[in-house]
Amino acid sequence: MTEPKKLKKPRGKARLIEGKCIACGARCQSACPVDAIEMSDAGEPIVLSDKCIGCVKCVKVCPAEAIEMFFTPEELKILEELAEQQAAGAAPVVDEEDAEEAALAKMLAAYRGVWVFVEQTEGEPATVSWELMGVGAQLAKEINTELCAIVIGHGVEHLCREAFSYGATKAYLMDQEVFRFYRTEPYLDACCHLIDKYKPEIILMGATGMGRDLAGAVATRVKTGLTADCTGLDVDDKRNLRQTRPAFGGNIMATIMCDKFRPQMATVRPHVMPMSEKKDGAAGEIVREQIALNEADILTKVIEIIRDTKVGIDIAGAEFIVSGGRGMMGPENFAMLQELADELGGVVGASRSAVDAGWMPHDRQVGQTGKTVRPKIYIACGISGAIQHLVGMQDSDVVIAINRDKDAPIFEVATYGIVGDLFQIVPAITNRLRELKASRNKG
Amino acid sequence: MLAIACIKQVPDTTQVKIDPATNTLVREGIPFIVNPYDTHALEESLRVKDRFGFRAVALSMGPPNAEAALRKALSMGTDDAILCSDRCFGGADTLATSNVLSAAIKKIAEEAGDEVGIVFCGKQTIDGDTAQVGPGIASRLGFRQLTLVDKILSLDMEKRTIRVSRKLEGRHEIVEAPLPVMLTVVRELNRPRYPTVPMRLTAVDASVKVWNNEVLKLDVNTIGLKGSPTWVSRIFSPERDKGEIIGDGANDPQGTAALLIDKLLSKDLLAL
Repeated sequence: MTEPKKLKKPRGKARLIEGKCIACGARCQSACPVDAIEMSDAGEPIVLSDKCIGCVKCVKVCPAEAIEMFFTPEELKILEELAEQQAAGAAPVVDEEDAEEAALAKMLAAYRGVWVFVEQTEGEPATVSWELMGVGAQLAKEINTELCAIVIGHGVEHLCREAFSYGATKAYLMDQEVFRFYRTEPYLDACCHLIDKYKPEIILMGATGMGRDLAGAVATRVKTGLTADCTGLDVDDKRNLRQTRPAFGGNIMATIMCDKFRPQMATVRPHVMPMSEKKDGAAGEIVREQIALNEADILTKVIEIIRDTKVGIDIAGAEFIVSGGRGMMGPENFAMLQELADELGGVVGASRSAVDAGWMPHDRQVGQTGKTVRPKIYIACGISGAIQHLVGMQDSDVVIAINRDKDAPIFEVATYGIVGDLFQIVPAITNRLRELKASRNKG
Repeated sequence: MLAIACIKQVPDTTQVKIDPATNTLVREGIPFIVNPYDTHALEESLRVKDRFGFRAVALSMGPPNAEAALRKALSMGTDDAILCSDRCFGGADTLATSNVLSAAIKKIAEEAGDEVGIVFCGKQTIDGDTAQVGPGIASRLGFRQLTLVDKILSLDMEKRTIRVSRKLEGRHEIVEAPLPVMLTVVRELNRPRYPTVPMRLTAVDASVKVWNNEVLKLDVNTIGLKGSPTWVSRIFSPERDKGEIIGDGANDPQGTAALLIDKLLSKDLLAL
C-alpha cells in the first residue's frame, strides 16, 4: 500500500473582475508584496499571473471587490478533495494567533469615550456642535461609554452647561486668555494635551472653517486618521467607527474605517445631523485643564473679526427652496425660479454645476461642497441629482423634481416628480399659485 | 525665498457618471484637470514671485501622468516643478499624503539652499473634498497655517509677516502671522492667468523633476497604503424609494402644475 500523497493547498492567482474596478488609486498595486500588479492607463490593475503568489492581499484591500482568486480546474479539484478530507474529520486549519494583533487590541482598549468639540466664536457656540451631540450620544450608548464635550476658549464655562443640556455627561474645559480667539497653534496644543491625557476613542468636529482647520492639524499631530464631511456614523461589532461619506466627487458613497489607530476622528457638516433634544438643567462633570501657554508664545494674531453685515440669502435656514441646475441653460433663466420662490416666500438655490458655470453665487449652492438644507419644500428644477447634491437636500420634508429626463436620479428622492419642460412647468406653477391667491383675496 | 504651490491632478468630477446597469463609475473619456482651487494657489505663488522676487515652485504627488498638471504650472510661469511619484506612495490617505509633500518641501528648500516663505494650497480638492492635506503639511513642517484665505492684505518682507483675510461662516477674520506660513486659498483670492503661447511652448521643453522614495527616503510604513490609517471598507450607491411621478408634465404643464398644488394643499404644506 502506498503512502497517501499529501495534497498541497493551491493558492490560486489574483485576477480582475471586468467592470468592477473603480480606479481607487492603485491600492491593490501598493498592497502587492511581489510587484505583480501594474496599472493600465485607465488606472485599472493588470495582474502579472506568473509573478502572483496568491497571497490575497490585493483582494482584501480592494474597496470595490473587483479582484478575485482564480483557480485552474486541476486546482479546484484539489480544493474539493481537501474539503472532503476536512469534512471527514481532519483537523481544521487554525489561524495563527498574532502577537501583533494582541498588542493592537491592548492599545485600542486604552482609548475610551466619545468627544464632541464645541466650536465657539467670542463665546457664541456654533449650532453644529449641538447637532453632533445627538449622534455622539448614540455612538456612546452603542459602545457603552460616555459622551464628553471639549470646550476651549476664554470665559466659556457656560458652554459646558449648555453641552450638558444637549446630552454630554462630562466637559473638558480649557479656559485661558490665550484661547480667546481661535488660532490653530494654541487650540492644537490644547486638543493634543487632552487627547494625550484622556485618550478618547472617537472625536467629532463640525466641518466648518474652524473645525476643518483644527481637525486636520490635530489628526496629523497625533498621527491618526480623519474622515471629512461624514453623512453617516455608526459602530461595528468591534466598536470601530464606520464613517460614511460621499466619494468620487459625490457620485457614490464610501464607508471609511480607521480601525488600527486611535482616536478615530470625523468631521460632519452643519445641518446633516438632526439637532439633539435640549434638556435644560441637565448636569454633568466639568474637568478643568490648563496648559503653560502665554499670549507672547503665539505669533499668530487675530486683528479683527468682521461679521458679514450684508445679510446674504440664508438658504440653509429657508423653509422653501427653488433650486436650479444645469438644465436652466443660463443665468438669465433663474429669474423664473425667483418668481416662484417669491410666490412661496422662499429662496433660490443652485446645484454645483450651476454654480461652477457662474450662473449663481457659491452661497446658493446646495450639496456636499455647498450647504446642507432641510426645508419644508425643495423644488429641484433641471437638476439631474448627483449624490453630492442629493446628500445636501434629501432631508427636506417634501422634494419636488422637475426634469425632462425621466431616468434622472433626482426622481428617486422626489416626493413628487414631474417629467417635462421646466420652462413650461415652473411658470405654470407660479401662475397657478397667483390665481389661487387672487381668488382667495376676492373671496 | 521660496513660494511653493501644492497642486493635484484630478478627474473632472462634474463629468463622472454612474452606469445605472452595473452601478459602477463610468470613467472613460473623463478629462483630467488641475484641481480648480489649486489654480488659485498657483496664481498667488506667481504673484509673490512677480512682486517680491520669490522663487515659485509647483509640487504635486501622483502617478506619472500627473506631470501634465505640473506642465500647466510651468506654462503659467512657475520656475520649477516637482512630481513625487512612486508606487509606494500609492493608496495614500491625507495623513500619508501630507508626509510625502512636507518631506518634498524640505528637500526643495535644501536643494535650493533657500528657505520656504509660503506654501500655497487650494482649500480642498474636488475629488476628495477633505481640506485636510494643507493643515497636515503645516502641522508636519511646524509652519503657521491660515486656511480659507480670500485676500492677502499685506506681506512685510522686513518683519517677515503676512496679513490676510479668512473667509469663514458668516464672518471674515483678519489675521497676521509670521513666515513661514501655509495658506489654503479660496476662489475669491485671485483670477488665475492664462498661459501665453510662448510660455506654453517653453513649458513643453521644460523638465518636470520626478522624485521617488529613493530621493525622499521616507519610512515605507509612513507613506502610501501602509502609512494610511483610514481605508475604504465599502463603496455603494444608496438605495432610495422611487419617487411618484405625477401628471403628464410633457403634454399638460398647466394641468400638472394644478395637480401638484392640489396635492400640496391637501397635505397642508402650502399656506395661501
